[in-house]
Amino acid sequence: MIQSEKMASLGKLTAGIAHEIQNPLNFVNKISEVNKELLAEMNDELTKGNIEEARSISKDVTANEEKSIFHSKRAVSIVKGLLQHSKATHNQKELTAINVVADEYLRLNYHGLRAGDKSFNASFKTDFDRVLFSVDGKINIISQDLGRVIFKILTNFFHVVNKRQKAAEKIFQPFFTTKPTGQGTGLGLSLSYDIITK
Amino acid sequence: MKILVVDDELDMENLFLQKFRKEIKDGTVIFAFANSGEQALEYMNTNNHEAVLILSDINMPGMSGLQLLEKIKQKFNTPPPIVMMITAYGDAENFNTAMELGADDFLTKPVDFNLLKQKLKIPTNG
Repeated sequence: MIQSEKMASLGKLTAGIAHEIQNPLNFVNKISEVNKELLAEMNDELTKGNIEEARSISKDVTANEEKSIFHSKRAVSIVKGLLQHSKATHNQKELTAINVVADEYLRLNYHGLRAGDKSFNASFKTDFDRVLFSVDGKINIISQDLGRVIFKILTNFFHVVNKRQKAAEKIFQPFFTTKPTGQGTGLGLSLSYDIITK
Repeated sequence: MKILVVDDELDMENLFLQKFRKEIKDGTVIFAFANSGEQALEYMNTNNHEAVLILSDINMPGMSGLQLLEKIKQKFNTPPPIVMMITAYGDAENFNTAMELGADDFLTKPVDFNLLKQKLKIPTNG
């Protein structure tokens, strides 16, 4: 991939990552706040001699820590993904869990696109096939190159979806037409819309 | 006070339940949760107005919070519930659109729960 394309895709990836990282970090922040409050309560209960109540609160604190660990790991793996992508291309193959890579790039691409265009909105579902000839879902490939290819395919895919959504939204607007100049006024659907809605 | 919280992140429910545990215990607030705009509308249709306050994330897959806001203000207007929008993007564009669509208030993530409680007129410890 030539350098400028690499930089452009890095820019989009960074925007996507910035958004993706906000969520888990916010959770870690909030969970710490909650646990601080819970520990103060637990302390009160201990002072009053309510051991069982204190124990019950400690269980909640532990459960919260599990969530905090989960969200921290989420943030770490997102950053790792960025570092992987920005490394100079190795020509070395390594065992890569391609479904994990594909999933992460899907989300990063979506958020990168939304960071540049907040009117774009889509929901998606993943349905990954079992990876053939793999060891634990991993195959021996140059992962950065595969990552870039997946990212590029997704960029184009989302671009087409975005364009179609915008065109679909426009069809009821007056003077919008897909007919070539000279044919049609672009008013047909707009008039129909007005008639139906009023 | 019945509050409907709309957010695609499942952990938000848990966070609200913990942040409002005193108020839930003493009956000051009752929470309902929806994970999408579509689910939120379903709730509003079946519970016709039990929620007097709706807290909705803006950026959700499928129906966005702003689309939900528009539908709520159009459909449920006798009397209209209070709708506050929550967003990770503290940008002018989303703020202006939300205000134009009739949002009653606007909060940015990470949510300041003390501030939220003040807005809801629930006594806080500061």
